Amino acid sequence: MTAQATPGQGAPVDEADAHTLTGRARRWLLRKLPPDKLLPEDQPSYVMSWAYVFGMGAIASLLWIIISGIVLGLNGPQWYHVSSLGSFVNSTHLWSVELFFIFMVVHLWLKFWMAAWRGGRALTWITGVISFVVSIVAAFTGYLLQTNFDSQWIAFEAKDALNAVGVGAWFNVANLGQLFTWHVTLLPLAVGAVVVLHVLLVRVHGVAPPLEAAESDAQLLHSRPEPAEAAEPAEAAEPAEVPASAESSGTQPSGIEPRGAAQ
Amino acid sequence: MTGWLVASVGMVGDGTYFGWDGFTIQSGNLIVIVVMIILFILALVLPFPGGKRRK
Ligand code: HEM
Repeated sequence: MTAQATPGQGAPVDEADAHTLTGRARRWLLRKLPPDKLLPEDQPSYVMSWAYVFGMGAIASLLWIIISGIVLGLNGPQWYHVSSLGSFVNSTHLWSVELFFIFMVVHLWLKFWMAAWRGGRALTWITGVISFVVSIVAAFTGYLLQTNFDSQWIAFEAKDALNAVGVGAWFNVANLGQLFTWHVTLLPLAVGAVVVLHVLLVRVHGVAPPLEAAESDAQLLHSRPEPAEAAEPAEAAEPAEVPASAESSGTQPSGIEPRGAAQ
Repeated sequence: MTGWLVASVGMVGDGTYFGWDGFTIQSGNLIVIVVMIILFILALVLPFPGGKRRK
């Protein structure tokens, strides 16, 4: 690890003496997700592909879903079911949901066929699955809020299924007020939280290299836990004690980074 | 009040269904699936703009 000082903050990034929970949390966070990994300015060349755009497409649609949803909720059904502007905003809300699911499904197909869960990214995949499931429940409660014959039909079909699995008393599709709370607060917060976690995990692991690069890419080799953890402390400690082995690991100034030595 | 009711009722339609022996699908669902497949293929074959600028 490079013992850099963060300019302006005064505290070293990697201080070993963090002795409070807060200090340890800060050390853990900075190690897991240093600022230049959280907000990188460069990406590997293989990210120059439409295959990596659909995650952001889903985020963009989600943002419009939330903004239009706030406008709908604040004006109320008398507005969005009757006035033409209200109906229009209501429609943009529905169509951004359609786009959200389209982008999300294309995203998950692409990630599946690129095997993007490799290299310790299982939790990224799993948070993706959870966001998919929670989004479906959120969309379902949205359809119920239409308060038309469609939503009545959907509700009374769903009621039997929900009762059959035993959650009907807590998740009651015949209780419109309860559904409003689910749809405008709890489920959007849940979707938002899972998506934030998902994107943070993508940043923690970096973008998965294409399958063909799996054998040669420094990033992927680097993310395998055992060799990376074993190699670093040994190399860092060596030069001081064993000058004889200088020819083996080449004492360049950046010798701590194993990347330069690979091939 | 009646405006609200009429507006709501107006949104309900039977929809158009396509079917091939035993299999039916509503037009909206079919369109969404076809759009997703087209986007998937386009994402694989279309070159990314500005890809030549930085390597
Ligand atoms: C709420 C819906 C979702 C949003 C907003 C979202 C967002 C993103 C974003 C922005 C990225 C990074 C850029 C990219 O590769 O597109 C990403 C990566 C990823 N997503 Fe999603 N995603 C969602 C759902 C899913 C689902 C349903 C899955 C799979 C079940 C999934 C699996 C992955 C994986 C494995 C990566 C890592 C790719 C890599 O490291 O190269 N995501 N996601």
